[in-house]
Amino acid sequence: MNGSSGMEFFIDHSRCIGCRACMQACEECDTHRGVSMIHLETIMPADSVQTAPQICMHCEDPICAQVCPADAIKKTPDGIVQSSLKPRCIGCSNCVLACPFGVPKYKAEINQMMKCDMCYDRTSIGKRPMCATVCPSGALTFATRETIERTRQGMAIREWQFGGETVRTKVNVLVPRSVQRIDIAIEQIGKTTTDEYDVACLLTGEGNV
Amino acid sequence: MAKTPLTIPELVAQFGPTLNRIPANGWSAEVEPDRIVKTHCCFCGQQCGIQLKVKDNRVIGFEPWEDFPFNQGRLCPKGVKRYMQDEHPDRLKAPLMRKDGAGFVPVSWNEALDKVAHEIRRIQQTYGNDAFALLGGASLTNEKAYLMGKLARVAVKTANIDYNGRLCMVSAAAASKKIFGIDRAANPWSDIPLAKAILVAGANVAECAPITTNYLWQARENGAKLIVMDPRMTPIARNADLYIPVRSGGDIGVFNGMLHVMIERGWIDREFIARHTTGWEQVEETVRKYTPEYAAKIAGVPAAMIVKAAEIWGPASTSFLLHARGIEHHSKGVQNCLAAINLVVATGRIGREGCGYAMITGQGNGQGGREQGQKCDQLPGARDIENPEHRKYIAGVWGVTEESIPHKGLSMVPILEAIHAGKIKGLLAISCNPMVSLPDNAYMRDAYEKLEFFAQIDFFLSETARYADVVLAGSLMEEDEGTTTNVEGRVIHHQKVVDPPGDARVDWKIICDIAARLGVADKFNYASPKEIFDELRVASKGGVSDYYGITWDRIDREKGVFWPCPSPDHPGTPRLYEGHRFNHLDGKAHFQPVEWQPAAEETDSEYPIILTTGRVVSHYLSGTQTRRIGALVDQYPQPLCEMHPLLAGKLGITEGDFVTVESRRGSVTVRASVIKTIRPDTVFVPYHWPLDRAANNMTVRAIDPISNIPEYKICAVRVRKVPPPQDAISELEVQAGGVR
Repeated sequence: MNGSSGMEFFIDHSRCIGCRACMQACEECDTHRGVSMIHLETIMPADSVQTAPQICMHCEDPICAQVCPADAIKKTPDGIVQSSLKPRCIGCSNCVLACPFGVPKYKAEINQMMKCDMCYDRTSIGKRPMCATVCPSGALTFATRETIERTRQGMAIREWQFGGETVRTKVNVLVPRSVQRIDIAIEQIGKTTTDEYDVACLLTGEGNV
Repeated sequence: MAKTPLTIPELVAQFGPTLNRIPANGWSAEVEPDRIVKTHCCFCGQQCGIQLKVKDNRVIGFEPWEDFPFNQGRLCPKGVKRYMQDEHPDRLKAPLMRKDGAGFVPVSWNEALDKVAHEIRRIQQTYGNDAFALLGGASLTNEKAYLMGKLARVAVKTANIDYNGRLCMVSAAAASKKIFGIDRAANPWSDIPLAKAILVAGANVAECAPITTNYLWQARENGAKLIVMDPRMTPIARNADLYIPVRSGGDIGVFNGMLHVMIERGWIDREFIARHTTGWEQVEETVRKYTPEYAAKIAGVPAAMIVKAAEIWGPASTSFLLHARGIEHHSKGVQNCLAAINLVVATGRIGREGCGYAMITGQGNGQGGREQGQKCDQLPGARDIENPEHRKYIAGVWGVTEESIPHKGLSMVPILEAIHAGKIKGLLAISCNPMVSLPDNAYMRDAYEKLEFFAQIDFFLSETARYADVVLAGSLMEEDEGTTTNVEGRVIHHQKVVDPPGDARVDWKIICDIAARLGVADKFNYASPKEIFDELRVASKGGVSDYYGITWDRIDREKGVFWPCPSPDHPGTPRLYEGHRFNHLDGKAHFQPVEWQPAAEETDSEYPIILTTGRVVSHYLSGTQTRRIGALVDQYPQPLCEMHPLLAGKLGITEGDFVTVESRRGSVTVRASVIKTIRPDTVFVPYHWPLDRAANNMTVRAIDPISNIPEYKICAVRVRKVPPPQDAISELEVQAGGVR
């Protein structure tokens, strides 16, 4: 069982290479074959090759469930926030709008919200989630906290600050050791350009052609 | 033969490429597979372990294989979706014969094979034995690669056999042989995370060898400093400790400049050099003038970057060099690799844990495919076809006289040039798609149109097979059994997962059938690929790439065995050159001095922009397989021309505009992708597409004089904004060469 075996999910965005193996493999998962529940954010596409995989972060107190008027989103005892329950989901998309990570997706063809359940079918029988198994870069990893502490330089944290709201998640992200909590400031949104990865800037020096 | 028997759109309508989007049993997960087969990915040289699910002799899905040591379950999107090439509507299920006006019609195997044998003999009787050529490929198993070489020398009796590894690995191979005497990655990948300095030169690891990414990142977790050289800021370059946006073709500036600084600062292992190498004095003399400032002019980067690279590489306690097509695909490809490897030898950091280098083999069996004798200058065991002792040994294995084995023939591009010149009249090919993959594509198409007879063994009607007189319906990797040798030199076992569909045959049987019709059935009398491997073991015995001690049983038991493995009780050799024993007669590594020289075609006022070509993560080589898989085409549907906003601004081009990229030889019309992550003097177009979307329409037909690799990585182009194209080719689906 996911919780009892001590395995946890870790995301290291700095490792992501944007290959989309996670998305391609996600739609091979038995419970939702043909539909990928993970998405890949392309960060400032014209400026950088940076990408970021987004799985459900499985909040301790899931906002998607709080805002659901039909009480259709349930959390398992071991902390996995499930897709909406089909008989209850009314397709209102409150959860889609409320999730701070942009995870739930409303599927019009089935009039239901579906989202990543961390491969509950796999983790519940001792397998790793599909995305974290295939990920070629180790950006998505399912391992014990001890393994991560032994093999990674970054520190695993799971506390986020969205404006005035603190969100704790089951999924960890690996950040530099100086970081305690990820603060998402309003002014960051809308920052859409950078010269940090501009090759022309790197070349401004002697020897340039 | 001349033109295709129908128009291209007519052939596309009949044979694709069309997209397979739905698994063989639909998306349902309710079907329990009959079997789950542990095998390997059919695509790149990493040859990741993967499990394929089978129901009723159909591949219906995959499951990661977490116990296979190289990739531990990791896969790229190509590996994940590979199973969608099975049960594909475009799959060839019977031999085809060309009929003008009617296209291709199915025929019996007897009719097809008789025709092939008849044409081989007719052409050879009319024009001489060498007027019939063979082309193999580096996606073939070792067994099939071995058979192709034997077919050429024993059955067809032509000198002219070569393979598409000539377009891929040969510069690295030649350089390694010159310096160390062995053509193989020197280390297993498990040494990468143990290195404290890593230099990745001309390798877009994230897209072309994705699984290697984790090894690099693990090295960095262990404190390694990573240097990446590439004209484009690739995904691994973004996070490197030092990214050097080298001008395509300027790599020697960086390598020699680094060595210059290392000598100046005393970061050279002079004791190692004295005891274990030759030729250092000439190298030291050559790099004297490569001051950071001089080197920077060649490399097209600030001198400070070269100094910093030397500061990372020079004093490191352990180090690993990785290089790939970015430095190899040049008319000075061998020289580029030599200059890179000089950096390894000068520090003595080779042949021990965490110390060494590797070329990142591109094709599935890029390593093994070049050892078993399908190269124009080689016999099995990576033996030299002009060495009398080697010839005699192989003649003994094959039961033929030494004199009957043809001598060195032409390599791949010269074979096409000889076809163009009318000297070679017939061709039998397998596992290659030159209508996408060869440079100066219009010239190559002319050559194919001049053939009197052309037969292709293939599983789909590739862009090249469209020109064939006979198409022999062969097998996908999962429909046959055999071995390949991965990027590390690890020999692995591909299981037969399903039978070929319809009347299609396994490739090795087709090759044996042709040999039989040429009168040498007794020499191609195998009951299974295992028997071919057992003969290959003997043929390789005592050679550089010695497989004699490797058996299929051992491979399964040990999850791969590294060559050389000269006897059944030998453990195999994951790491070469331990104890600093190199494979030249004197036991030493041979430094090679390298001077930079310009590319065959540099930019000028008429064609002022550098074009460099390469790959994207969701496609494999010429796209024959991946352009038929919906999920992979959706990920990257059509080639884009990457350009920097500074260049785009100068040309009046904005994101998404159609542009024509044009060289002296040809052009493509594609959409522009305006991004800051490429040098402003360079544009990039990936090469996986055919026809008016083929990057190789523009590339230059110049080859390295030693390795004969084409110069895919640099030629001169101009770029202009154009209206959306509206011709019949552009109207095709994107996977067939259209645009959206």
